[in-house]
Amino acid sequence: MKATVYVTIKENVLDPKGSAVQGALHSLGFDEVSKVRIGKYLELDLDTNDRAAAEIRIKEMCELLLANTVIEDYRYELA
Amino acid sequence: MKFAVLVFPGSNCDKDMYNAVRDSIQQPADYIWHTATDLSAYDCILVPGGFSFGDYLRCGAIARFSPVMKALVEAVERGTYVLGVCNGFQILTEAGLLPGALLRNNTLKFRCHQTALIVENNNTPFTTAYSQNEEITIPIAHGEGNYYVDDATLEEMQANNQIIFRYKKGANPNGSTDDIAGVSNKRGNVIGMMPHPERAVHELLGSSDGRRMFYSILNTWREKHGEATVVR
Repeated sequence: MKATVYVTIKENVLDPKGSAVQGALHSLGFDEVSKVRIGKYLELDLDTNDRAAAEIRIKEMCELLLANTVIEDYRYELA
Repeated sequence: MKFAVLVFPGSNCDKDMYNAVRDSIQQPADYIWHTATDLSAYDCILVPGGFSFGDYLRCGAIARFSPVMKALVEAVERGTYVLGVCNGFQILTEAGLLPGALLRNNTLKFRCHQTALIVENNNTPFTTAYSQNEEITIPIAHGEGNYYVDDATLEEMQANNQIIFRYKKGANPNGSTDDIAGVSNKRGNVIGMMPHPERAVHELLGSSDGRRMFYSILNTWREKHGEATVVR
Protein backbone atom coordinates (compact mmCIF):
# COMPACT_ATOMS: atom_id res chain seq x y z
CA MET A 1 0.00 0.00 0.00
CA LYS A 2 1.18 3.49 -0.78
CA ALA A 3 0.70 6.56 1.38
CA THR A 4 1.22 10.14 0.28
CA VAL A 5 1.59 12.72 3.02
CA TYR A 6 1.31 16.48 2.54
CA VAL A 7 2.72 18.77 5.23
CA THR A 8 1.94 22.48 5.03
CA ILE A 9 2.61 25.49 7.22
CA LYS A 10 -0.56 26.46 9.09
CA GLU A 11 -2.74 29.14 7.49
CA ASN A 12 -2.15 31.69 10.25
CA VAL A 13 1.65 31.18 10.29
CA LEU A 14 3.89 33.18 7.96
CA ASP A 15 5.39 31.14 5.10
CA PRO A 16 8.44 33.15 3.97
CA LYS A 17 9.30 30.74 1.14
CA GLY A 18 5.78 30.95 -0.24
CA SER A 19 5.90 34.75 -0.09
CA ALA A 20 9.20 34.78 -2.02
CA VAL A 21 7.77 32.56 -4.76
CA GLN A 22 4.65 34.72 -4.95
CA GLY A 23 6.90 37.77 -5.43
CA ALA A 24 8.76 35.98 -8.24
CA LEU A 25 5.49 35.04 -9.97
CA HIS A 26 4.34 38.64 -9.78
CA SER A 27 7.58 39.89 -11.28
CA LEU A 28 6.99 37.46 -14.18
CA GLY A 29 3.57 38.99 -14.76
CA PHE A 30 1.40 36.39 -13.02
CA ASP A 31 -0.41 39.06 -11.04
CA GLU A 32 -3.45 36.89 -10.41
CA VAL A 33 -1.54 34.86 -7.79
CA SER A 34 -2.80 36.19 -4.46
CA LYS A 35 -1.05 33.66 -2.23
CA VAL A 36 1.53 30.83 -2.41
CA ARG A 37 2.06 28.25 0.31
CA ILE A 38 4.97 25.80 0.09
CA GLY A 39 4.79 22.44 1.81
CA LYS A 40 6.36 19.00 1.80
CA TYR A 41 5.25 15.97 -0.18
CA LEU A 42 6.24 12.52 1.10
CA GLU A 43 5.69 9.12 -0.50
CA LEU A 44 5.70 6.10 1.78
CA ASP A 45 5.51 2.45 0.73
CA LEU A 46 3.83 0.40 3.45
CA ASP A 47 4.14 -3.37 3.82
CA THR A 48 0.48 -3.87 4.63
CA ASN A 49 -2.88 -4.28 2.93
CA ASP A 50 -4.88 -3.46 6.04
CA ARG A 51 -6.23 -0.01 5.28
CA ALA A 52 -7.63 0.73 8.73
CA ALA A 53 -4.38 -0.27 10.44
CA ALA A 54 -2.31 1.72 7.94
CA GLU A 55 -4.42 4.79 8.61
CA ILE A 56 -3.75 4.60 12.34
CA ARG A 57 -0.02 4.13 11.76
CA ILE A 58 0.22 7.01 9.28
CA LYS A 59 -1.52 9.35 11.72
CA GLU A 60 1.00 8.36 14.39
CA MET A 61 3.90 8.99 12.01
CA CYS A 62 2.54 12.43 11.15
CA GLU A 63 1.93 13.47 14.75
CA LEU A 64 5.26 12.11 16.00
CA LEU A 65 7.72 13.03 13.27
CA LEU A 66 6.50 14.08 9.84
CA ALA A 67 4.70 17.27 10.95
CA ASN A 68 5.35 19.67 13.81
CA THR A 69 1.77 20.38 14.79
CA VAL A 70 2.75 23.65 16.49
CA ILE A 71 3.33 25.20 13.06
CA GLU A 72 2.24 22.63 10.47
CA ASP A 73 -0.90 20.86 9.24
CA TYR A 74 -0.86 17.50 7.50
CA ARG A 75 -3.12 15.36 5.36
CA TYR A 76 -2.58 11.99 3.71
CA GLU A 77 -3.95 9.68 1.06
CA LEU A 78 -3.79 5.88 0.96
CA ALA A 79 -3.78 3.96 -2.33
CA MET B 1 30.41 21.10 38.49
CA LYS B 2 30.27 18.76 35.51
CA PHE B 3 29.12 19.72 32.03
CA ALA B 4 27.97 17.50 29.17
CA VAL B 5 28.08 18.75 25.59
CA LEU B 6 25.76 16.60 23.49
CA VAL B 7 27.03 15.74 20.02
CA PHE B 8 24.65 14.74 17.24
CA PRO B 9 25.69 13.82 13.71
CA GLY B 10 25.90 17.32 12.23
CA SER B 11 26.57 19.30 15.42
CA ASN B 12 29.16 21.97 14.66
CA CYS B 13 29.18 24.28 17.68
CA ASP B 14 30.09 21.50 20.13
CA LYS B 15 33.75 22.56 20.31
CA ASP B 16 32.84 26.21 20.84
CA MET B 17 30.57 25.18 23.69
CA TYR B 18 33.23 22.92 25.22
CA ASN B 19 35.92 25.61 24.97
CA ALA B 20 33.58 28.25 26.39
CA VAL B 21 33.05 26.13 29.52
CA ARG B 22 36.75 25.39 29.94
CA ASP B 23 37.92 28.94 29.26
CA SER B 24 35.29 30.97 31.08
CA ILE B 25 34.62 28.93 34.24
CA GLN B 26 37.35 26.25 34.16
CA GLN B 27 34.93 23.39 34.76
CA PRO B 28 35.20 19.86 33.35
CA ALA B 29 33.14 19.06 30.29
CA ASP B 30 32.60 15.85 28.30
CA TYR B 31 31.43 15.37 24.76
CA ILE B 32 28.48 12.98 24.82
CA TRP B 33 27.60 11.15 21.60
CA HIS B 34 23.89 11.06 20.80
CA THR B 35 23.63 7.31 21.36
CA ALA B 36 24.42 7.65 25.10
CA THR B 37 21.65 6.62 27.46
CA ASP B 38 22.79 7.97 30.83
CA LEU B 39 23.39 11.62 31.76
CA SER B 40 23.11 11.19 35.53
CA ALA B 41 26.76 12.20 36.08
CA TYR B 42 26.20 15.76 34.80
CA ASP B 43 25.03 18.96 36.49
CA CYS B 44 24.47 20.91 33.29
CA ILE B 45 23.77 19.66 29.78
CA LEU B 46 24.59 21.83 26.79
CA VAL B 47 22.86 21.17 23.48
CA PRO B 48 24.98 22.89 20.85
CA GLY B 49 24.21 24.40 17.47
CA GLY B 50 24.75 22.88 14.07
CA PHE B 51 22.66 20.87 11.63
CA SER B 52 21.73 17.65 13.43
CA PHE B 53 20.95 14.86 10.95
CA GLY B 54 21.31 17.43 8.17
CA ASP B 55 18.17 19.20 9.40
CA TYR B 56 16.29 16.91 7.00
CA LEU B 57 12.52 17.08 7.35
CA ARG B 58 12.77 19.98 9.88
CA CYS B 59 15.49 21.41 12.13
CA GLY B 60 15.87 19.15 15.14
CA ALA B 61 13.03 16.81 14.15
CA ILE B 62 15.18 13.69 13.82
CA ALA B 63 17.65 14.50 16.63
CA ARG B 64 14.72 14.63 18.98
CA PHE B 65 14.49 10.82 18.76
CA SER B 66 18.17 10.06 19.46
CA PRO B 67 18.67 7.76 22.47
CA VAL B 68 20.32 10.53 24.48
CA MET B 69 17.09 12.54 24.44
CA LYS B 70 15.39 10.08 26.79
CA ALA B 71 18.25 10.57 29.23
CA LEU B 72 17.94 14.32 28.72
CA VAL B 73 14.23 14.27 29.62
CA GLU B 74 15.07 12.31 32.79
CA ALA B 75 17.76 14.87 33.66
CA VAL B 76 15.29 17.72 33.14
CA GLU B 77 12.88 15.99 35.53
CA ARG B 78 15.70 15.75 38.12
CA GLY B 79 16.21 19.51 37.81
CA THR B 80 19.50 19.43 35.88
CA TYR B 81 20.25 22.67 34.03
CA VAL B 82 19.91 22.40 30.26
CA LEU B 83 20.95 25.08 27.76
CA GLY B 84 20.14 24.68 24.07
CA VAL B 85 21.64 27.10 21.58
CA CYS B 86 20.53 27.50 17.95
CA ASN B 87 20.01 23.96 16.60
CA GLY B 88 20.02 22.91 20.27
CA PHE B 89 17.08 25.26 20.86
CA GLN B 90 15.30 23.79 17.83
CA ILE B 91 15.84 20.26 19.19
CA LEU B 92 14.45 21.24 22.63
CA THR B 93 11.28 22.71 21.09
CA GLU B 94 10.85 19.64 18.86
CA ALA B 95 11.18 17.47 21.98
CA GLY B 96 8.46 19.49 23.69
CA LEU B 97 10.84 20.55 26.48
CA LEU B 98 10.31 24.18 25.49
CA PRO B 99 7.20 25.83 23.98
CA GLY B 100 6.94 27.09 20.39
CA ALA B 101 8.76 26.23 17.16
CA LEU B 102 11.33 27.81 14.83
CA LEU B 103 10.44 28.86 11.29
CA ARG B 104 12.46 30.14 8.35
CA ASN B 105 13.69 33.73 8.93
CA ASN B 106 11.14 36.18 7.54
CA THR B 107 14.01 37.86 5.66
CA LEU B 108 14.72 34.51 3.92
CA LYS B 109 18.40 35.21 4.62
CA PHE B 110 20.86 33.28 6.72
CA ARG B 111 21.69 35.98 9.28
CA CYS B 112 25.17 35.92 10.80
CA HIS B 113 26.10 39.00 12.86
CA GLN B 114 26.12 40.52 16.34
CA THR B 115 22.70 41.22 17.83
CA ALA B 116 21.62 43.41 20.72
CA LEU B 117 19.61 41.45 23.27
CA ILE B 118 17.66 42.64 26.28
CA VAL B 119 17.81 40.46 29.39
CA GLU B 120 14.11 40.06 30.21
CA ASN B 121 14.55 37.74 33.17
CA ASN B 122 17.75 37.68 35.21
CA ASN B 123 16.22 35.41 37.81
CA THR B 124 17.12 32.09 36.16
CA PRO B 125 20.11 29.78 36.77
CA PHE B 126 21.50 31.03 33.43
CA THR B 127 21.15 34.79 33.81
CA THR B 128 21.85 35.85 37.42
CA ALA B 129 25.10 37.58 36.41
CA TYR B 130 23.17 40.00 34.17
CA SER B 131 21.07 42.96 35.29
CA GLN B 132 17.36 43.01 34.61
CA ASN B 133 16.71 44.80 31.25
CA GLU B 134 20.44 44.97 30.53
CA GLU B 135 21.42 45.25 26.87
CA ILE B 136 24.03 42.68 25.84
CA THR B 137 25.74 41.77 22.56
CA ILE B 138 25.56 38.14 21.43
CA PRO B 139 26.01 36.92 17.83
CA ILE B 140 23.47 34.96 15.80
CA ALA B 141 24.07 32.57 12.89
CA HIS B 142 20.88 30.97 11.61
CA GLY B 143 18.48 30.61 8.71
CA GLU B 144 15.58 29.25 10.75
CA GLY B 145 15.44 31.29 13.92
CA ASN B 146 12.02 32.84 13.54
CA TYR B 147 10.45 31.88 16.87
CA TYR B 148 6.76 31.15 16.62
CA VAL B 149 4.33 30.59 19.44
CA ASP B 150 0.54 30.94 19.46
CA ASP B 151 -1.17 33.74 21.41
CA ALA B 152 -2.50 31.57 24.23
CA THR B 153 0.91 30.00 24.91
CA LEU B 154 2.60 33.39 24.68
CA GLU B 155 0.29 34.78 27.35
CA GLU B 156 1.02 31.82 29.59
CA MET B 157 4.78 32.27 29.03
CA GLN B 158 4.56 35.95 29.95
CA ALA B 159 2.65 35.11 33.13
CA ASN B 160 5.37 32.58 34.08
CA ASN B 161 8.32 34.85 33.18
CA GLN B 162 9.49 32.34 30.58
CA ILE B 163 10.77 34.94 28.14
CA ILE B 164 14.46 35.25 29.00
CA PHE B 165 15.90 37.31 26.13
CA ARG B 166 14.37 39.61 23.53
CA TYR B 167 16.01 41.20 20.52
CA LYS B 168 16.34 44.93 21.08
CA LYS B 169 13.31 46.83 19.78
CA GLY B 170 13.62 47.46 16.06
CA ALA B 171 16.49 44.95 15.71
CA ASN B 172 14.57 41.67 15.36
CA PRO B 173 16.67 39.80 12.78
CA ASN B 174 14.26 36.98 11.88
CA GLY B 175 10.64 37.93 12.56
CA SER B 176 10.34 36.14 15.91
CA THR B 177 7.02 36.53 17.74
CA ASP B 178 7.21 39.37 20.28
CA ASP B 179 10.96 39.82 19.49
CA ILE B 180 11.70 36.67 21.51
CA ALA B 181 15.32 35.42 21.37
CA GLY B 182 15.37 32.98 24.30
CA VAL B 183 12.82 31.17 26.45
CA SER B 184 12.70 28.81 29.42
CA ASN B 185 10.44 25.98 30.53
CA LYS B 186 7.97 26.59 33.37
CA ARG B 187 10.32 25.23 36.02
CA GLY B 188 13.17 27.43 34.76
CA ASN B 189 15.87 24.75 34.52
CA VAL B 190 15.78 24.51 30.70
CA ILE B 191 16.46 27.43 28.40
CA GLY B 192 16.82 27.70 24.66
CA MET B 193 18.01 30.63 22.57
CA MET B 194 18.96 31.33 18.97
CA PRO B 195 21.93 33.66 19.72
CA HIS B 196 25.27 32.00 20.58
CA PRO B 197 26.64 32.96 24.05
CA GLU B 198 29.48 30.46 23.56
CA ARG B 199 30.73 32.60 20.67
CA ALA B 200 30.86 35.70 22.87
CA VAL B 201 33.23 34.69 25.66
CA HIS B 202 36.15 36.97 24.82
CA GLU B 203 36.61 40.52 23.52
CA LEU B 204 38.68 39.01 20.69
CA LEU B 205 35.43 37.46 19.45
CA GLY B 206 33.72 40.84 19.41
CA SER B 207 31.97 40.51 22.76
CA SER B 208 32.49 38.82 26.11
CA ASP B 209 28.86 39.17 27.20
CA GLY B 210 28.31 35.42 26.81
CA ARG B 211 30.82 34.60 29.56
CA ARG B 212 28.42 35.76 32.22
CA MET B 213 25.95 33.11 31.19
CA PHE B 214 28.49 30.44 32.15
CA TYR B 215 29.33 32.30 35.38
CA SER B 216 25.62 32.43 36.19
CA ILE B 217 25.24 28.68 35.75
CA LEU B 218 28.27 27.96 37.96
CA ASN B 219 27.29 30.48 40.64
CA THR B 220 23.72 29.22 40.89
CA TRP B 221 24.96 25.66 41.12
CA ARG B 222 27.52 26.59 43.78
CA GLU B 223 24.87 28.25 45.92
CA LYS B 224 23.07 24.93 45.97
CA HIS B 225 26.00 22.53 46.15
CA GLY B 226 28.89 24.38 47.73
CA GLU B 227 32.14 25.27 46.05
CA ALA B 228 32.86 23.54 42.76
CA THR B 229 36.23 22.02 42.03
CA VAL B 230 38.47 23.98 39.74
CA VAL B 231 40.17 21.93 37.05
CA ARG B 232 43.61 23.05 35.94
